[in-house]
Amino acid sequence: MFRAGDGNSGRALKGRAIYALCLLAVAFSLLSLAVILGDALADGLPYLNWGFITSYPSRFPSRAGILPALVGSVWLVILTALFSLPLGVGAAVYLEEYAPKNRWTELIQVNIANLAGVPSIVYGLLGLGLFVDALAMGRSLLAGALTMTLLILPVIIISSREALRSVPKTYREGAYALGATRWEVTSQVVLPEALPGVLTGTIIALSRAIGEAAPMLAIAALVYVSFVPVSPLDRFTVLPIQIYNWVNLPKQEFRGLAAAGIILLLIVLTAMNSVAVAIRYRYQRKAV
Amino acid sequence: MVIEKVLFACAALSVLTTLAILGVLIFEAFDFFTQVSVVEFLTDTRWTPLFKPQHFGILPLVAGTLMVTLIGVSVSVPLGLGAAIFLSEYAPEGVRRVIKPVLEVLAGVPTVVYGYFALTFVTPLLQTVFPDMVVFNALSAGLVMGVMIVPMVSSLSEDAMISVPRSLREGAYALGARKHEVVLQVVVPSALSGIVSSIILAISRAIGETMIVSIAAGSTPRLTLNPLESIQTMTGYITQISLGEAPFGSLEYTTIFSVGLALFVMVLIVNLVGNYVTKRFWRSY
Repeated sequence: MFRAGDGNSGRALKGRAIYALCLLAVAFSLLSLAVILGDALADGLPYLNWGFITSYPSRFPSRAGILPALVGSVWLVILTALFSLPLGVGAAVYLEEYAPKNRWTELIQVNIANLAGVPSIVYGLLGLGLFVDALAMGRSLLAGALTMTLLILPVIIISSREALRSVPKTYREGAYALGATRWEVTSQVVLPEALPGVLTGTIIALSRAIGEAAPMLAIAALVYVSFVPVSPLDRFTVLPIQIYNWVNLPKQEFRGLAAAGIILLLIVLTAMNSVAVAIRYRYQRKAV
Repeated sequence: MVIEKVLFACAALSVLTTLAILGVLIFEAFDFFTQVSVVEFLTDTRWTPLFKPQHFGILPLVAGTLMVTLIGVSVSVPLGLGAAIFLSEYAPEGVRRVIKPVLEVLAGVPTVVYGYFALTFVTPLLQTVFPDMVVFNALSAGLVMGVMIVPMVSSLSEDAMISVPRSLREGAYALGARKHEVVLQVVVPSALSGIVSSIILAISRAIGETMIVSIAAGSTPRLTLNPLESIQTMTGYITQISLGEAPFGSLEYTTIFSVGLALFVMVLIVNLVGNYVTKRFWRSY
């Protein structure tokens, strides 16, 4: 099958060429990441200052700030966490600890996998038609958070199931042997053990929610928000929408503001991911 | 028992979500199709819902979506596969452990950032090569989208390649194969189902991508094969109308749901093909 001999022939050359191409693919991808981040940093740093974080958007680039979007994002992520954590963990516990092996369970599992593949803008349309319009919540934070909850639930369910699955069977059997009911086993043995994994997955899903612009554009639209939302029923805007808004304005200074917004967004994401990594690191189970 | 029912309700919510997506899309699109025939929607070659004479042919939006998707996938597949082969076959464990998570950061960067990058960095760069290129164009959006999808292709393909058993590689070496021959003639063919499903996932992701195309590809629905022109994708149209807060129930409002329904169906078909490929050709060793 393979020709032998001739050490420095075309075969050797071809081998090196293929290695070089693969290395090039990795190098190009990493370089792109560096350029993407570097470009935003270079454009945005001059605009990033305390005034930018504490001011409202303005027609005048020098006075414009991102406060309402920042507060909107914080509200959105807190509400989304409140809704999605119990629902996601509940679903994961059902599928891992309770569900009988039958067609319904199979259907739910296939369905969750498929939901994870639905484009985020479609969730935006769902939220617009269902929460904003049919349930008359208006273009409120509540409608936005519920939409975001549905969007990230599949991610939370999938990662929580993995966390639950990693709890050794012997723990459950030990608890059952002591006469515990299924719920006692789940709530007092399995869940505490799986909690770090569940939290890590949830934080990563929430950080995705913070960066997600498309569905929030459909819900919140491109409104000029000159106030900080104080209740879940208020209208709102979020960081990525404000960035999108500035990118679309023709003046060069607004591009700088957009880049400053991007830096802020990336800082928030990095902070959240660091917390997730820290939790994972802190509670990493020693191999039993 | 109550607890079990509550937990079941949480899980069943996912099925309800699917039904709600279908329900909302079909309900609102139904309104649209009472005014515009399905035949016009699927065959008319003009999409001008915002000005007279109005035309409601989705083909220009579909064409725009497919063009950007094609550009994106032809960037992400070679880069992603190259990276996957490098990580699974060539890189020492230490290098792999560093590069893999860094590469995955690409998938975590918000799409609005990619849109900004396409418009303010890649487009001016491309304009030095193609002086005729307009500011909003399919090429720039597609290229940047391709970079975004790289980790999706690379991590699934790499998983598939790593799970190819050592014995297959060793057998090939015993026959006198060199490293690259083992990689290309043994590992890649054995991992093919995983590789193909990663590519299909990339296609599905590209079709649904919204922010990059909204920012960088333009808002001119046009049936064209020229990637240097301004176009509009299905997702781009939905955002454009959503931004302006079209009044509930208006024809404009219902168009976004009809386009959304078409988008949903397209992605669903691609995903089903992906599931089929994974199931049908999956080899466990």
